[in-house]
Amino acid sequence: MKRRHTQWDFWVLASLVILVLYLLFMVYPLYKVMSRSVVDAKTGTFTLKYFVQFFSQAYYSSTLANSFKVAISTAIVSLLIGIPLAYFYNMYEMHGKKTLQMLIILSCMSAPFIGAYAWILLLGRAGVLTKFFADHFGIHIPSIYGFSGILLVLSTKLFPLVFLYVSGALKNLDNSLLEASANMGCSGMKRFFRVVLPLCMPSILAAALMVFMRALADFGTPLMIGEGYMTFPVIIYNEYVGEVGTNQNFAAAISVIAILITLFFFLVQRYLANRNTFTINAMHSIQVRKPTPVFSFFIHLYAYGIVAISLLPQVYLVYLSFRRTSSAGIVFVPGFSLKSYQQVFSNMSNVIWNTIRICGSALVLIILIAILISYLVVRRRNAINSIIDSLSMIPYIIPGSVVGISLILAFNNKVMPLVGTAAIMVISMCIRRIPYTIRSSVAILGQIPLSIDEAAESLGAGKVKTLVKVTIPMMVNGIFSGAIMSWVTLITELSSSILLYSFKTQTLNVAIYSMVSKGADGRACALSTILMIFTVVSLMVFNKVSKDGEISM
Amino acid sequence: MSVGITISHAVKKYGEFVAIPDLSLSIKPGEFFTLLGPSGCGKTTLLRMIAGFNSIEGGDFFFGDKRINELDPAKRNIGMVFQNYAIFPHLNVRKNVEFGLQNRKMPKEAIREQADKFMKLMKIDVYADRMPEKLSGGQQQRIALARALAIEPDVLLMDEPLSNLDAKLRVEMRDVIKEIQNRLGITTVYVTHDQEEAMAVSDRIAVMSQGAIQQIGTPKQLYQRPGNQFVSTFIGRTNILKAHISLAGDIPSLVFPGGFTEKMTNLKDVQEGQEVVVSIRPEEFVIEEKNAPQDRPSLHAKIVYSTFLGLNTHYIVELEDGNRVQIIQESMIQEILNPGTEISLALKTEKINVFTSDGLRSLIA
Repeated sequence: MKRRHTQWDFWVLASLVILVLYLLFMVYPLYKVMSRSVVDAKTGTFTLKYFVQFFSQAYYSSTLANSFKVAISTAIVSLLIGIPLAYFYNMYEMHGKKTLQMLIILSCMSAPFIGAYAWILLLGRAGVLTKFFADHFGIHIPSIYGFSGILLVLSTKLFPLVFLYVSGALKNLDNSLLEASANMGCSGMKRFFRVVLPLCMPSILAAALMVFMRALADFGTPLMIGEGYMTFPVIIYNEYVGEVGTNQNFAAAISVIAILITLFFFLVQRYLANRNTFTINAMHSIQVRKPTPVFSFFIHLYAYGIVAISLLPQVYLVYLSFRRTSSAGIVFVPGFSLKSYQQVFSNMSNVIWNTIRICGSALVLIILIAILISYLVVRRRNAINSIIDSLSMIPYIIPGSVVGISLILAFNNKVMPLVGTAAIMVISMCIRRIPYTIRSSVAILGQIPLSIDEAAESLGAGKVKTLVKVTIPMMVNGIFSGAIMSWVTLITELSSSILLYSFKTQTLNVAIYSMVSKGADGRACALSTILMIFTVVSLMVFNKVSKDGEISM
Repeated sequence: MSVGITISHAVKKYGEFVAIPDLSLSIKPGEFFTLLGPSGCGKTTLLRMIAGFNSIEGGDFFFGDKRINELDPAKRNIGMVFQNYAIFPHLNVRKNVEFGLQNRKMPKEAIREQADKFMKLMKIDVYADRMPEKLSGGQQQRIALARALAIEPDVLLMDEPLSNLDAKLRVEMRDVIKEIQNRLGITTVYVTHDQEEAMAVSDRIAVMSQGAIQQIGTPKQLYQRPGNQFVSTFIGRTNILKAHISLAGDIPSLVFPGGFTEKMTNLKDVQEGQEVVVSIRPEEFVIEEKNAPQDRPSLHAKIVYSTFLGLNTHYIVELEDGNRVQIIQESMIQEILNPGTEISLALKTEKINVFTSDGLRSLIA
C-alpha cells in the first residue's frame, strides 16, 4: 500500500543513490558496448561490419553452434543426473544425508576450469587413469578433449544446481498429494512421471535455464579442454586479450550477440515457467520412506557414485598439491613434500590477501545494496523502485565476460580511470551477484508481514530505526546464509575477473587459471586446495547458521 | 488522557476504485467503538486511515482538536493491535513490551517499571524472558495488547484481534479486552466482522457496508431497532417477509400474503397499499396450537423440522404461501412439535421492524 506522496525521507534518498549507481556502473557500460559494436574502430563511423563479419566467417559463427550444443547437452545431462538424485534424496532414507548434500554442493563450488584441468591430468593423453587402464587392462579411454570433455566437466559441475532446485520443489510438495494419487491407483514410477515431475516443472525449468546460462557463459573449460572446439565466450576473450591483435569493437559486437541470445533464452524460460506456474505449499511435507534393501543399495551407489566422480578431480588436485615437485615447481617428481605450499605462501600470499580483500568488500556492498533494494521493491513500490527492480535483474542475462568488457570500455578513461584497480573488480562482482542476493532477500522480506513494520511504527519507531531494530534482525539469518553462498561464488568467480585483474589485484582463481593454462603446476594445485578449504569452511559455517540447510544459488 | 476522534467526510481511493466515498463519525473520549461489517466493507481501511498506515484522499481526521491527517504514524500516540499480533519474533516478551517505551527516551528504570505493570495487567509477567514463538496464540495476543497499552496511547486501535483464536479463547479474550478497556478508560476503535463479538465488547457500533456507515448505535438499538434491512439481517438472525399497509381501520395494519392482518401502533409515514418488508426475529413469533380458541388473528403454518439446542428449540416452519421461516422458542418440558404438525403463529408486534420495500428506511416511529 502506498504511503503519502513522495517525501524526502531516507528511502527516497536510497532509491536515488542506487539508481545513480546502476546508471553509472551498469547502464552506461552496456551502452558503451552497444555503441562500440556498431562503430568502425578506425574511422569512427557507423557500421554493421562486425556483425556481418561474425556471421559470414565460419570461424566465428561456428562457435555459436558449438556453444548451443554444449549448453543444451549440459542442461539435458545435468537434468538427467540431478532430478533422480533429488528424488531419491528427498523420498527415501539414506545414510549420511547431511554429508551427501554438502558433497554435492561442494562439487559445484569451484570454477569449472579447475575441474577441466584435473580431468586432463586424470584422463588426458598423458593422464594417470588413461595410462593405468592402458597399461593394466589394455583399454583405451576415448579422448576427453573437445566436446565430450567439455560436456563431462560442465555436467559434473552443474548437476548440483538441478539437485538444489528440484529438492526445493520436492520440499514444498504436500505429502497428501502423493497419498491422494496412490489412493487413485497411481504410484511408483507412474506417479513420478504423472504427478511429481509436473509439480516440479517450474523448478526444473528454472534449473535448466540456470545450467544453460552457466554452460553458455563458461569459457575456462573450452579454453582448457576444448582443443580447438571453440565456443562463443572464448572468442570474446580472444578478441579482447588475444595475442594476434585485439579488436575491442569486434569483441563488443560479439558481446551484443551474446546478450541477445541469453535474453532470448531467458524469455523462453519465463514464458514456459509462467505457463506452468502454481503455488504449492506443503502442510505435511513428504514422508521419507525406507527403501527395500536392493533399491537402497542402488540409490546409495547412484548418489555416492555421482558425487565421487564429480569430486574426483578436486581430490586429485589436493593429492598433487602434496607431491614433490622439481625445483622450478613445474614438474611433479616421486615423493611427497610441502614445497608447493611453501612456494605459494612465500611468493603468492598477496593473491590470498587479494581474494579476501576484494571479495570481502564486494560481499559487504552486495549485502547492503541488496537489503536496501529488496526493501524498496517489497515495501516501497513506486516508479523509481520498479525501474531499479528491473535494472537489478539485467545481469541475469549478461555473461560475466561481457560485464568485464563493458566496464573496461566505460572506465578506461581519464575521468574515472578504474581499469586495473581493485574497485573495478569489486564493481563487477557486485553487478553480477546482486540479482541473486536480491532475489533471496525479497523472498525473506516477503515472509515478514507488513504489520510487523507497522507495529514498530505505531510504537513510535522511525523509518530507519524500524529497519535497523526490527526488519534487519528478522532477516539476518536468511541474509547471512545467503551471504556465505555469495562469498563462495565470489571467490570462485573467473569470467569477468580474468579480464579485469591487474598484477596488483590478482585473485586466487585468476592466479590458478594463469598457472594451469601454462601446464601442470604444483603451486596451482596448492592454490586450488586452499580455495577448496575456503569453500568447505564456508559451507560448514553455512550449515551451522542456516536453520533448515536450505541453499539457494 | 483519552481523546475523542472526529472524522468528517473521509474519502479513500485506491487508484480509480473508491473504497470510502464520504464517511463521517465521531467517537467520544473513553468510548469502546466498533466498526462492524462484512469483509470488504472498508472497516479495516478506515482503521488504517486513523492509524496513519493508509493515505487519506479527502476529509479531516481529528484526535480531540488536533488534525492528524498528515501526522506520521509514529507520532500519533496510538496503540495498535494487529490481526496477526505482529509480535517481533526476534525479541523476548519483555523486549516486545518495552519496544515502544524505548522510542520515548525514558529512563531505563521507568521503562522497566512500566513494562512490568502492563505485563502484570495482562498476566504475562511470568513469561517475560521467553521468546514469543514458544507461547500460545492467546498469550501472544496478551503480549500484543500489553505492548500497545504500555505506551499509554491516546487511542487504542484493534484490527480483528481475536479472529486467529479458537472459539473458547476468543470469548475469554474479549472479556479481558472489555475489562481492561473499562479499567483504563482509553478510547478504543475495534474492527470485527463478528457481530456477536461486537455486541459483547462495544459501547457503540458502526455497521458498515460498501464503504458507508449504515447505522451507528448501541448494541441494543442495533438489534431491536435496526435502521434498515441490511442492519437487521447483519445483526442477529431474522426472517424477512413481504407485506402491505392497510389504513382501513383506526390504526394502520400490516397485511401479509394470505390475508393475515396485524395491527401496528408504532408506524410512521405510511400510505394505503404501500409495499413493505417486515423483519421478524425468530423469537418474535409465538406458536399457538391450531384450532385453539383465537382471541386474535393468526398466521397458519406447518412444522418442517426442529432442532433441540438445550435452552432453546429451533423450528423451521412453512407458511401457507410456501415461505419458510425460523422460530426460536424456549424449550419446554412437553414433547417437541413433530414435523407436519399444523400450528398458528402470533407476532410480538411491539418488537418487529418494518422497512420500506427497498429495505433502506425503517418505518417504525
